[in-house]
Amino acid sequence: MTAAIAVDGLARAFGPVQAVDGVSFQVEPGEVFGLLGPNGAGKTTLIRLLAGVLLPTAGSARVLGLDPTREGPAVRQRCGVLTEMPAVYERLSARQNLWFAAEVFDVPVPEVTRRVDHLLGEFGLGERADEPVGGFSKGMKQRLAIARALVHNPEVLFLDEPTAGLDPVASRQVHDLVDTIREEGRTVVLCTHRLVEAEALCDRVGVLSRGRLAALGTVRELGERLLAASPVTLTFLEPPGEAVVRAIAGVRGVSIEGVLGRSIEIAAPEDESIAGAIQVAVATGGRLIAAGRREHTLEEVYFALQGDVT
Amino acid sequence: MNWRTVRAIAKKDLLEVRQNRIAIWSILGVSALFSVGIPLLIGLLPFDTGPSGGDLGPLEALTALMPAAHQDLPIGARIVVLMLGYFLAPLFLMIPLMVTAIVGAESFVGERERRTLEGLLYIPADDLDLYAGKVVAGAVPAILATALNFSAYAVVVNLVSAPLVGGFWFPTPTALVLAAWIGPAIALLGVSGSVLVSTRVETFLEANQLTGMLSMLIVAMVVGQGTGLLVLSLPVLLLFGIVIYAVDIVLVRLGAALFSRDRLMARA
Repeated sequence: MTAAIAVDGLARAFGPVQAVDGVSFQVEPGEVFGLLGPNGAGKTTLIRLLAGVLLPTAGSARVLGLDPTREGPAVRQRCGVLTEMPAVYERLSARQNLWFAAEVFDVPVPEVTRRVDHLLGEFGLGERADEPVGGFSKGMKQRLAIARALVHNPEVLFLDEPTAGLDPVASRQVHDLVDTIREEGRTVVLCTHRLVEAEALCDRVGVLSRGRLAALGTVRELGERLLAASPVTLTFLEPPGEAVVRAIAGVRGVSIEGVLGRSIEIAAPEDESIAGAIQVAVATGGRLIAAGRREHTLEEVYFALQGDVT
Repeated sequence: MNWRTVRAIAKKDLLEVRQNRIAIWSILGVSALFSVGIPLLIGLLPFDTGPSGGDLGPLEALTALMPAAHQDLPIGARIVVLMLGYFLAPLFLMIPLMVTAIVGAESFVGERERRTLEGLLYIPADDLDLYAGKVVAGAVPAILATALNFSAYAVVVNLVSAPLVGGFWFPTPTALVLAAWIGPAIALLGVSGSVLVSTRVETFLEANQLTGMLSMLIVAMVVGQGTGLLVLSLPVLLLFGIVIYAVDIVLVRLGAALFSRDRLMARA
């Protein structure tokens, strides 16, 4: 299957500042791909390069098989972009904003009214569709901006910090919208520095740092690659006695990380050591009911990476 | 060129201007002053309606511009005809410049100030369509405003001066050429200047300062004619128009050639 987005050694400098520096990755069709990184890492510049509104100083990219540098209008016709600021026209109404977008994205004239009305309804803006957008809350403006990005049914959607500055309820609405967009089979590139958001929404993530791609993969892959094995939690029917704890601590390759109530957390990089710990726990009278290795969180992965690159 | 895109950009800019009350009242206020207030004031001054003929002193040479029928009018009537028909008529060329300056605020620099530029640059239009949309957005209302103001000026001038002059006499051939030939040229000059400048400066104020300098051209015409240094005869006006249109073409081509999404986005 052809990648929806293929980036190869892409770079862009602004004077002496290398905003994007030799970045390479691919995004598969229908994937929600997260671009993570602190402010100034190069996430927004990368989106601008992929949409063909900035020109690269080196490298190349293909979006839906098109070259953004030479075929910018064609790329933008098939992509939707939610900018970091909603960038809606505040003196115009929500309906006028969507009409303008439908016109410039060449939505067939007979379809414009139906499409605009549908989006106004779907994004909960119908009741205030004809009021100037300047009076809208930040969440409503963001919903309007997402609706605008979808007005021409794009195959790829770039979302740049879609929940920046939104309250939890509005953020949740945006997350639900991304889930809906994913279900529709569109490809999404999500720029964010909200790790929880990326973890919840993204199939894979790429972590940018100072313009370079510092890591790429699923959260699990990155955790396995970058971090020591995560602790294993042994859970008992009742709080384990001292004999049980001592017996487990005596198993080769196992160290006790902590004992809390009915649980013992152990560090055991090898599966063989975990099996040994379970065996001695049961043999010394521990009534074991569960054992499992906790997955690394994206936050742990991210901070491990930041430690590596700083 | 994708005219649907050009039209949509122009329509969007004009809708934004329409919602800007300060801009609308500025346009209406200045229009009312130039097209109604000043001619009304001059027409209602208590000029002499005595016998025909008489010497206008330093202005006598300018009476050669007037149609033969007006050259024998009383001094007061001739002063009114000279002032309303020749000295002040070029002033309404300020209207297209003012409109283009205001609509120019909706152009690229205004979009940057209102943080909407990035969204605009993501539309699928190519650079030429985007630039053309902004030029059309400024040119159409400027030309329309010129035509409306000229019509209003003509009505007021005829109404207030008819008793003195003995009938409706405006527009004169030179005033007609000013409105129909020079007016659109000046409108295009203001638009091409303001859009070009707007792509290269950081703030709306900078853009307005630079485009405002164009109004000095109009002031120079009025002063030049008033002091006898410049006589805006028909040949002079036709030639002047050709020069302005040539400058317009150069500015539009230069603006389109220099327009760069990449540069605008890099500064967005």
